[in-house]
Amino acid sequence: MNYAFDYGWLFVYWPVLVKGIGITLELTLVGGVLGVALGIACAWARALGPGWLRPVVATYVELIRNTPFLIQLFFIFFGLPALGVRMGELEAANLAMVINLGAYGCEIIRAGIQATPNGQFEAGASLGMSRLQTFWHVVLIPALQRIWPALSSQIVIVMLGSAAVSQIAAEDLTFAANFIQSRTFRAFEAYFVATAIYLALAIALRQALRGLGWTLFPKRTAR
Amino acid sequence: MSLIEITEVKKRFGDNEVLKGINIDVAPGEVIAIIGRSGSGKSTLLRCINGLETIDEGSISVAGAQLLPDELHLKALRLKVGMIFQQFNLFPHLTAGRNVMLSQMVVKKTPKAEAEAMAKKMMERVGLGHKFDAYPDQLSGGQQQRVAIARALAMQPIALLCDEITSALDPELVSEVLAVVKELAGEGMTLMMVTHEMRFARDVCSRVVFMHQGRVHEIGKPEDVFSSPKTPELQQFLGVAH
Repeated sequence: MNYAFDYGWLFVYWPVLVKGIGITLELTLVGGVLGVALGIACAWARALGPGWLRPVVATYVELIRNTPFLIQLFFIFFGLPALGVRMGELEAANLAMVINLGAYGCEIIRAGIQATPNGQFEAGASLGMSRLQTFWHVVLIPALQRIWPALSSQIVIVMLGSAAVSQIAAEDLTFAANFIQSRTFRAFEAYFVATAIYLALAIALRQALRGLGWTLFPKRTAR
Repeated sequence: MSLIEITEVKKRFGDNEVLKGINIDVAPGEVIAIIGRSGSGKSTLLRCINGLETIDEGSISVAGAQLLPDELHLKALRLKVGMIFQQFNLFPHLTAGRNVMLSQMVVKKTPKAEAEAMAKKMMERVGLGHKFDAYPDQLSGGQQQRVAIARALAMQPIALLCDEITSALDPELVSEVLAVVKELAGEGMTLMMVTHEMRFARDVCSRVVFMHQGRVHEIGKPEDVFSSPKTPELQQFLGVAH
């Protein structure tokens, strides 16, 4: 092996990497927060919502879970303009991630809701709370607590999957690595650095989500 | 004037008729014990009174609030009757105090400070003022059940329904819960309780209802029901239960 590793380009191109990290983090934050919110709404609709809404949400969930993320992204960015819906690459990337996590999150959160003992719903009802109030104040937090590890993993998966948005020229970390290797021809080094950064981001995100879990759920769920 | 009026109530689960025309009127301040074998419909009857089960025929009203299946009527009814469950059903993610505060704030829109003051008062009333900030899983079963009672009382109901509230407790914890119930009875709270505590029923209750196969089989003052049961079914039930 006579390949000479050269990381000298880092001195020139580090701002590109930093910008890429920033965009990847922004996509993850927006996708994570709005995606989980959408997931909660859909999980409520599918588990406890009115009868007419359930098949609508089920269709959305199955559509997203059974098609590739990249196709969803292309459809939003390249397909929708044909219908007059145009958006920038970042908006399209954000939207695709929210829709994607919303569907997977829906199924994970629904499992948490359906594991709720019936007595919790009855206790809420017997105190005069409406079904929605009982869901919001009584059922939701313990349900999220039950499935928090699974939901955290899904958020990390979505963060790593955001690499696909480089394909619509959203300037995330993967886009930065592609850009650098095309300028420097240092493919190994560029992707090695990108890999290391993704790894560090994923570990940091997991830890952050664990910490968030501790503050959201100060107590173990009974039973 | 009756507080709780149960008239010709029938309830079916599929083909199985579990309540076959129940009539009971409860006067304010009465303490009613409902006894009977499992499957006799006693828990179902109790659950119908605050709308946890729908009824197929007949009518139920509590202090003028009719049992009707829409959310508005159900809420009005449930503000008048509190319910305590066998499994306590405390909200595990909230402290005891928060458990007692929640429905006041959510349902009655009581300001937080007021709800907290009421919660403290009710926790004192069940002898748990010092456990205000404890989570349910840090409390014994008896303590959890007393928090559940405080939680129901904080909504200031006119009547309380108790569904086998000591059945899930270790024997040594039963008396602390019954003591609280006895105190409530003494203060004039209207109570309907499904119970297997025959001694408690005899000592505290104003009337005893014996249910058998979905009907009120015998009803009367505890001394009559327990000392001179008229029907062979009740005689047999008491023979088994004693």
